[in-house]
Amino acid sequence: MPATTLSRKTEATRHTAVVRVTHWITVLAFLALLITGGEIVISHPRFYWGEVGNVRTTPAFTLPIPSSRDTVPTGYGYVMPDQNGWSRYLHFEAAWVLVLTGVVYGIAGVWSGHFRKDLLPERRDWRWSAYWQRMARYLRRAPLDAREDRSYNVLQRTAYIAVIFVLFPLVIWTGLAMSPSFTSAFPLTVILLGGRQTARTLHFFLSWALLLFLVVHVTMVALSGFRSRMRAMITGRIAEPRSADAGEQI
Amino acid sequence: MSPISRRKLITGGLAATAGVAGLAAADRLAHRYGLVPPDGRVCFGAGETLTYAAQRLLTRHSQAREFPRSMISKTPFANEVAPPSREFLRHQAAGFADWRLAVDGMVARPMTFSLADIKSLPFRSQITEVACEEGWSYIAEWIGTPLVEVLNEAGVLPQARYLVYYSIQPDWWESVDMADALHPQTLLTWGMNDGDLPVGFGGPLRLRVPRQLGYKSVKYITRITATDSLQKFGKGLGSASPEGGYAWYAGI
Repeated sequence: MPATTLSRKTEATRHTAVVRVTHWITVLAFLALLITGGEIVISHPRFYWGEVGNVRTTPAFTLPIPSSRDTVPTGYGYVMPDQNGWSRYLHFEAAWVLVLTGVVYGIAGVWSGHFRKDLLPERRDWRWSAYWQRMARYLRRAPLDAREDRSYNVLQRTAYIAVIFVLFPLVIWTGLAMSPSFTSAFPLTVILLGGRQTARTLHFFLSWALLLFLVVHVTMVALSGFRSRMRAMITGRIAEPRSADAGEQI
Repeated sequence: MSPISRRKLITGGLAATAGVAGLAAADRLAHRYGLVPPDGRVCFGAGETLTYAAQRLLTRHSQAREFPRSMISKTPFANEVAPPSREFLRHQAAGFADWRLAVDGMVARPMTFSLADIKSLPFRSQITEVACEEGWSYIAEWIGTPLVEVLNEAGVLPQARYLVYYSIQPDWWESVDMADALHPQTLLTWGMNDGDLPVGFGGPLRLRVPRQLGYKSVKYITRITATDSLQKFGKGLGSASPEGGYAWYAGI
């Protein structure tokens, strides 16, 4: 059926293969990092500013959770099982997957113009009122306008840019700043942050920021049509190829 | 699904072949240059190998950060250790007068050192941070004899690639590669903050490896063995840590 083939071609691909593959690899790596990171925190749920901190110094704050070490005073009468061994192995392996995937995505994104065309806010939106207007429409639960099925609005673009170019680089930086070997070769990575414990505390906050993004992101996907958004990120297409389902999109 | 075009199939196939061939070549190169850690073949070995290889390429000669005297922690934390063995308690009662360090394996002259022998070699002090894999840390001044001085006395052979070191406590042993063994900051430590090294912090003798996390700095050292392979030690994973689920390389 040549007509169908033709209409398929004109239905622009919503997400390129590189974006889709790197997206899902990043999902897996990030979830692994989140779970193992949480396990590692449990072995010392106290946070400090500066270079040093331990159970004999005053923490900046303490998480109200039990610990997997009996040397940490938590107020709980029991000690959680130690999960740090495999958690640390998997944390660093997933970090490699995340970084290498990010490199592929970054090069492809510059090469194809993905960042400039799809993620950089459009020129006419470079003003605060564009942000407020879009936010007001979200709050009114106004339906998506036609363009938003094929392109991101200013709030989405800004959020993705912030995650890709600010949060992920910072979480990688603060992670490396905790490596005694890496910082022996590149001491500025930790000195510029103000110390090893500051790097650890920032790493913790940045992880929460990324988790917050994940929750909002998945919520918005669910609210705007879970099936069609998932289809777009898995197959790349936004509409069912069959004409019978065409009404669903409107 | 859209049909896959012939061009896509060919380029995809070529890319996959090149990828597999590239991985195989990288694996051979990593083995030749000693960039595969002893636990690089177990679960998570791929990530471990990437970490170890990358850090060895970047940090072979780098120096651990040293701190000004004013940053020495007022409240260092000794961490807990297993209850001391009867043998250790006997040494402690005798004031560690009979403590010995044996150096054997791939050395020209296997030797035994008393604490006095070790202290008669050139020594240095350095103010470095102990960072635990759990997340906590402290800074102290460490006074000791660089491990390389003891290795020179015993004449470590050029074939040696790893150094295995043992605590007097049972089942507590570690190993490092020669980059860390010969590193000027790797100290057989016997003093801390201008005094003797307290027992809680590893006294009378602790091997401090400041470019790695605390668990590589084994307390109560009695024996050092130079070797070209870690296969015959324990389960062949390099040290007691991987046998307990922890990575052999603790530079991160």
